[in-house]
Amino acid sequence: MNATASPHLESLADEAVTIIREVATECENPVLLFSGGKDSAVLLHLAVLAFAPARLPFPVMHVDTGHNFPEVIEYRDRFVERVGARLVVASVQTSIDTGRVVEDPGPRASRNRLQSVTLLDAITEHGFDAAFGGGRRDEDKARAKERILSFRDSHGRWDPRNQRPEPWDVLNARIRKGEQLRAFPLSNWTELDIWQFIAAEQIPLPSIYYSHQREVVLRDGMLLAVGGPVALESGEQSSIETVRYRTVGDASCTGAVRSTAATIDEVIVEVAAARITERGATRADDTFSESAMEDRKREGYF
Amino acid sequence: MTSISTLRIATAGSVDDGKSTLIGRLLHDTKTVFEDQLVALDKASRRYGDGERNLALLTDGLRAEREQGITIDVAHRYFATPRRSFIVADTPGHAQYTRNMVTGASTADVAIVLVDARHGVLEQTRRHAFIASLLGVKAIALAVNKMDLIEWDEGEFDLVVKDLAAYVEALPTPVPLVAFPISALHGDNVVTVSARSPWYEGTSLLEWLETFDASTVATVAPRLDVQRVIRPQGSDFRGFAGRLSGGSLSVGDRITVLPSGRASTVSAIQRFGRDIPVASAGQAIAVTLTDDIDVSRGDVLVAGVEASTEVVSGHVCWMIDQPLREGSRYWFKHGTRVGRAVIDAVEYRHDLHTLEPVTADHIGLNDLAMVRLTLSEPIVASPYETSHEGGRLILVDEATNTTAGAMMITVAA
Repeated sequence: MNATASPHLESLADEAVTIIREVATECENPVLLFSGGKDSAVLLHLAVLAFAPARLPFPVMHVDTGHNFPEVIEYRDRFVERVGARLVVASVQTSIDTGRVVEDPGPRASRNRLQSVTLLDAITEHGFDAAFGGGRRDEDKARAKERILSFRDSHGRWDPRNQRPEPWDVLNARIRKGEQLRAFPLSNWTELDIWQFIAAEQIPLPSIYYSHQREVVLRDGMLLAVGGPVALESGEQSSIETVRYRTVGDASCTGAVRSTAATIDEVIVEVAAARITERGATRADDTFSESAMEDRKREGYF
Repeated sequence: MTSISTLRIATAGSVDDGKSTLIGRLLHDTKTVFEDQLVALDKASRRYGDGERNLALLTDGLRAEREQGITIDVAHRYFATPRRSFIVADTPGHAQYTRNMVTGASTADVAIVLVDARHGVLEQTRRHAFIASLLGVKAIALAVNKMDLIEWDEGEFDLVVKDLAAYVEALPTPVPLVAFPISALHGDNVVTVSARSPWYEGTSLLEWLETFDASTVATVAPRLDVQRVIRPQGSDFRGFAGRLSGGSLSVGDRITVLPSGRASTVSAIQRFGRDIPVASAGQAIAVTLTDDIDVSRGDVLVAGVEASTEVVSGHVCWMIDQPLREGSRYWFKHGTRVGRAVIDAVEYRHDLHTLEPVTADHIGLNDLAMVRLTLSEPIVASPYETSHEGGRLILVDEATNTTAGAMMITVAA
């Protein structure tokens, strides 16, 4: 690790590597969920280090809503190729085309909820018994309740009222056929930890995390990028703004923030001073209702 | 960046003694709560209460928790002051959810045990103090809460402190205790010292947490529970991956592989894919040896004199409805070793009130007992008090695969 990593960051990385190695060894057919966002970039980076000098012993899966930022898809392919991983793409568009899910009507429909079905179908199709995710407990109050190794029943559902005890870091990965685990090695990281680690390890990210000029429209308090799934509605006016993204998700519901932070160091200064959470600032889907994340997780979401 | 180590804290204590409110207060007063969270908090406070800002809703994030006004499962929260980073596990007070308290307290350096000043020490306070001590927290911070409701009465405070201090001192594994008179609701003595308790001469709770020395002097030899053998294709590299515990391990150190007893020498150590000359406890490493000897997952590399055993005794926290009985069979996991365990004997159950051992042939949900097991595979065990990594074991229910028991080993026979 680079000299700029603090003992706090190093111990978080030790914990994550230990979890990744343990789950990868106890489970028969794990997969790492990779969205192209900063958390999954850190997760994949750590997973590669966990097994070095051997190759990553499991594939990487992207649940593609079809509404991704092109910069992110390009980054995904480059990063996965660089680390020599095998990429599986699970497509929400295919789920729609085959009638597995029905898209909400209207120009503002988000495909975010539909991802759960596509994810669970892909897990079944490939026979995955564990999926690593980059979820962090500081992201959301429902995530704050989740175990490092989170048990999902044969329908992929999370039961927050009846989670397995998880004393120490002695992880119990025992499941029956058809049941699954989700593993969250970055559970104890904060947004600032992620950025400081990205700086220390010089992990590449999609360009949209850094300040750039973009045509956006202000809708429901979110600055949405015009183009792709977002079309201007009557009465709306777009403008060119200097923005960056704090999170990277479905372009239909992920907002940009006004920012001039063009380098990692500038982003760290900005994040350290932020007074709004990353999801509150950028995710229309989570502000939809008070328990939006809990409801989606019960249905099988990451 | 702070150089002092991150402190892991767990709350403990009975229902409604104010655990979640205290954590909410700490988050709020250390400016860890973001503006959009405050907006959501005030909205939820109106929905679930009388509209007064309810800080407990910062950690009670599940719908069922908000509806019932209780904590069901552990919430993990993070905050930092200029002096230190903190990881907080806010645990439930209900006896029914003790398993979740065990989960939250198992990795804690410090337990903050809350007591409602009006009600004093309750059964659940004792249970949690007992569990926290068995789990090996390095100190208990007794927060006597709701002092405003007893007019900041110093005498009442002293009685509560004396009561719990006497109990903790009599536990099988006593823990240092330090007490704070607080009001989590109003913030007195939480982040800053309050003028309402002029008789109290100590620091605020936060200042104590910021300066508490949680470091331990390694008194045990290094051990590496092997998670996995890393073998790149087309290379003769064989790295034994795991998280080092105990003391430090250097290139050139002699090690023994247990249970086989074969010896070798460390030829290289990698951490995060890079070579390092010395590894210290807590680091996730991969070790290569000078000799091509048989090492596989579940084996333990030790640098000191250790032996393996198939019979262990220890304190068990029982966490499922089905009772643990003499003769019952479970899966066990100790370090990275998985196998089968049979209950030889329930030596006795702990009576939480008298602390006397009670004869029993079975124990139920939330009971604490001394139990002896025989294992199908030998393990390298040491007393939990000496080495947490060598002294902890989980029991897994064969029918449901849920984690059923947490064991702190006292004797490895």
